[in-house]
Amino acid sequence: MLIKTKNKNDIQSSEITDPDVFKRRREFIKQSGQYALAAASTLAAPDLLAGTLPPSSKARTKIKGVVKGPFSTDQKPNKYKDITNYCNFYEFGTGKRDPAANAHTLQTSPWQVAIEGEVEKPGVYNLEDILKPHTFEERIYRFRCVEAWSMVVPWVGFPLADLIKRFNPTSKAKYVEFTTLYDPDNMPGQRRRILNWPYTEGLRMDEAMNPLTLMVVGLYGEVLPNQNGAPLRLIVPWKYGFKSIKSIAKIRFTETQPATAWNDSAPNEYGFYSNVNPAVSHPRWSQAKERVLGSGFFAKKIETQIYNGYGEHVAGLYAGMDLRKFY
Amino acid sequence: MTQEQVISWLVKPTLFLLCLVPLGLFSFDVVTENLSADPIKDATLFTGEWTLRFLLITLCVTPLKRLIGWPQLIKFRRMLGLFAFFYAFLHFLVWFWLDRELQLGDVIEDILKRPYITVGFSAFVLLIPLALTSNKFSIRRLKQRWRKLHKLVYIIAGLGVLHFLWLVKADVQEPIIYGGILIILLSMRAWWERRDRAS
Repeated sequence: MLIKTKNKNDIQSSEITDPDVFKRRREFIKQSGQYALAAASTLAAPDLLAGTLPPSSKARTKIKGVVKGPFSTDQKPNKYKDITNYCNFYEFGTGKRDPAANAHTLQTSPWQVAIEGEVEKPGVYNLEDILKPHTFEERIYRFRCVEAWSMVVPWVGFPLADLIKRFNPTSKAKYVEFTTLYDPDNMPGQRRRILNWPYTEGLRMDEAMNPLTLMVVGLYGEVLPNQNGAPLRLIVPWKYGFKSIKSIAKIRFTETQPATAWNDSAPNEYGFYSNVNPAVSHPRWSQAKERVLGSGFFAKKIETQIYNGYGEHVAGLYAGMDLRKFY
Repeated sequence: MTQEQVISWLVKPTLFLLCLVPLGLFSFDVVTENLSADPIKDATLFTGEWTLRFLLITLCVTPLKRLIGWPQLIKFRRMLGLFAFFYAFLHFLVWFWLDRELQLGDVIEDILKRPYITVGFSAFVLLIPLALTSNKFSIRRLKQRWRKLHKLVYIIAGLGVLHFLWLVKADVQEPIIYGGILIILLSMRAWWERRDRAS
């Protein structure tokens, strides 16, 4: 006969959460978050929130207090319509126009960002707290996709370096890993295993701290549309677009190089660095030229520039590295 | 009207117009500026997808004829096959003219260095003799060799699917569906052939 003695570490059955309740925790978190947010916005800081959080992807909301930032190109930005209707955001479908059609289901508020790993102030922070201390800048950057097309985009954001400094990474923090929200209920693309969900990306610490690297919350002076990675995305203008991860839910500081989604999917085609480089072809196509989108059927191709033309600011990061090996 | 006349004067012209519907819809999107920010890519994808679809539709004719027992169906096969070539030719044109900007050097480099283009271009080249010999004169002239020559279409369709499968970045769903249909269509033929030979 088996006699079960009670250990003080045993979990009482009364302490176990009903699985149904557990499964619904996201809804619960969402709801309680919404109540808290509603309360906070009416009581505490109505002005702060009014300009930063979109009620839905359809509504276009101006962001207040945006200043002109450095490093902007004087090239003419692409049309808002082009930037918001030509997206790679596989969480909402693999067609270029799928994200614009489907991303309205993304729940951008409330939004939380987990800060984890080799950092002195880890925690799960509300987006408002993540954004609060920062001044939003407009920066017009070239955007070069690994598929050999490019656009010019007026982003609104703030340097990632400023954000990182606030959380005091430890001396062990050599890399930063970013993770997109995992929410198959609202991100239909995650229901099929096209990539290893959730999408992850990563930067070396010095890349993350480079003043060009941007945390983005807006586009054309307005709150970022869902299909472009609301409410918070990364922009690394000297790297292929897929490095600039969208809808960030987690930032983790690590000692070793983190796994990244496209590298997991096809390691010989998408390296960890993925710096724009006309001399290193994608195994299946050339990267020597790019088509500048926005001029219809006769959009001309231009020569692609090393580091997407940002070499003077970033070439030093890769001094002595074999760019063919570390593609 | 006899059945022959209905086919020649009604069914065939209707089918001809139906085959032009995809092109019509795409042209409408062009005129109304309803394409994406990269219309060249849209045009490439559109012409490529319809080439594959018409190849598969053409390959459906023989099995369908046998399944529903309506031999007249064969009368539409040539038109469907020529439409596959028509969309393939547009696909080639979009690539050579709009995408590669008539740069012969780039095109040759692509064909030699990029396997998915090598495969796609081969499929297109192989389609040319089939289109050229799709007339009654050639059928009479080539006799048994005509049948052999036109069996190339099995290889062409296979190359077409491979071309598509090889170029997508991560989402292989659509090329896999086309490949699945092709395998079913070819298996039906193989099975029937074996059975016919046995009996």
